Amino acid sequence: MIRALGDFDLAEDAVQEAFVQALETWPVRGVPANPGAWITTTARNRAIDRLRRERVLREKTETLTQLAELEGLGGDETDMSAIPDDRLRLIFTCCHPALAMEARVALTLKTLGGLTTGEIARAFLVAEPTMAQRLVRAKRKIRSAAIPYRVPPPELLPERVPDVLAVLYLVFNEGYAATEGPLIRVELCDEAIRLARLLHAPLPEEPEAAGLLALMLLHHSRRDARTGDSGELVLLEEQDRARWDHDMIDDGLATLDATLLRRQPGPYQLQAAIAALHARAPRPEDTDWPQIAALYGRLALMTPSPVVELNRAVAIAMADGSERGLALVESLGGELDGYLPFHSARADLLRRLDRRGEAAEAYGRAIALATNPAQRHFLEQRLEEMKLTAP
Amino acid sequence: MQYILLIYGDESSGADMSAEEQGKTMQEWVDYTQWLRDKGWYLAGDALHATTEATTVRFGGTAPVTTDGPFAETKEQLGGYYLLECKDLDEAIEASSKMPVRGGGVEIRPVMLFDDEGRPRQ
Repeated sequence: MIRALGDFDLAEDAVQEAFVQALETWPVRGVPANPGAWITTTARNRAIDRLRRERVLREKTETLTQLAELEGLGGDETDMSAIPDDRLRLIFTCCHPALAMEARVALTLKTLGGLTTGEIARAFLVAEPTMAQRLVRAKRKIRSAAIPYRVPPPELLPERVPDVLAVLYLVFNEGYAATEGPLIRVELCDEAIRLARLLHAPLPEEPEAAGLLALMLLHHSRRDARTGDSGELVLLEEQDRARWDHDMIDDGLATLDATLLRRQPGPYQLQAAIAALHARAPRPEDTDWPQIAALYGRLALMTPSPVVELNRAVAIAMADGSERGLALVESLGGELDGYLPFHSARADLLRRLDRRGEAAEAYGRAIALATNPAQRHFLEQRLEEMKLTAP
Repeated sequence: MQYILLIYGDESSGADMSAEEQGKTMQEWVDYTQWLRDKGWYLAGDALHATTEATTVRFGGTAPVTTDGPFAETKEQLGGYYLLECKDLDEAIEASSKMPVRGGGVEIRPVMLFDDEGRPRQ
């Protein structure tokens, strides 16, 4: 639809009208044998009607061209195979590098994710009119700059696939550790996973697409164990592993193992491998921390960043002791002073070393940076524990 | 779709090139322009004299004011342009990526086209 019309808004409106018609007629006439195709055909007819009216009113030659193309589309009503293809084209269009990152995220969630403008606005902490404007501008950019509606050709995929993966990663992260409200926004994680599958299935030769999918599955498998009954944060080492989604773990591990065979490692595959080591440990004490530390070391070579170094330092603390880990963590203080996990990691190591006064101060720094209530509550509890016996 | 490709770079960086290096650079541009023609994209293109040779006419007061120099002082300056006819933005991006430049960047702006009655064409 969008392909023929070159216009998101017209296509969207046509589909909306088709749904409205469905709601009116299906209860009376019964659901058609192929509801998806019915919607597509009805939407196409609606769009043709509207274009006809606009032709009469404005006599634009482009409209006539669109009309001819749309009517030429025809197509077998029962041919559903084109539909996943269209969704793949949509993902690449929505994630085109000519669009600002926040525009890509918003457009992907609106067009493919089935979220309302309001839901997306709340997910990313902006007012609804602001988000609506963001979407309008993004669609206008696609039209005015003629961003093509297509899956990029093979020679462009190496640079375009990472653009899509970055968007999906952002969406997943927002769902995994939401900035506000409930800690986990399941629908965002589900959406990110769904879109990652959509990307991975027709592009098996893109190992990082598989890596990201595996990473998301392995993290999301822990959703039912990560929060307690009142929505409070439960640390990895305290989680009831029976509440992990083991089918999802198996799916993630299988996806990862298959892609590692391609011997084209990348950052998402590495992160997935780390998550896999956690997933494979029946009990926290079975976790292979030295291997996790080594993987973070490799990740640091690929995508050097103080955040990766922080994670590595924590893994080393678990493997070689809190003293050694703390020294490494503290060496990052300059760069990570505004980063909550730095302070919470440092606080935790100080706590393990029974340096309660310093731990309390570090928890205080972390609390000041906490935006999520569940996170803040957890840190406040730890702070209270430290104060109980501090001199 | 028509796009203008605005080529920005540090105009002082070419100053200390030998005659031989300058010749080589010229050839790269000649080859590049030919490639654009072969693709069927090329409509127009020119190198511009440095911003030291620029003159700016400014509006907003009671009368236009003419001064020496570019419109805006920037770290990197507009050094040339190409006007291309491309199918879509990806073609314009491809054209930009192949430019024989070592630094700076290319701004791709879609051109607004109007018909003879002044109505927008796309």
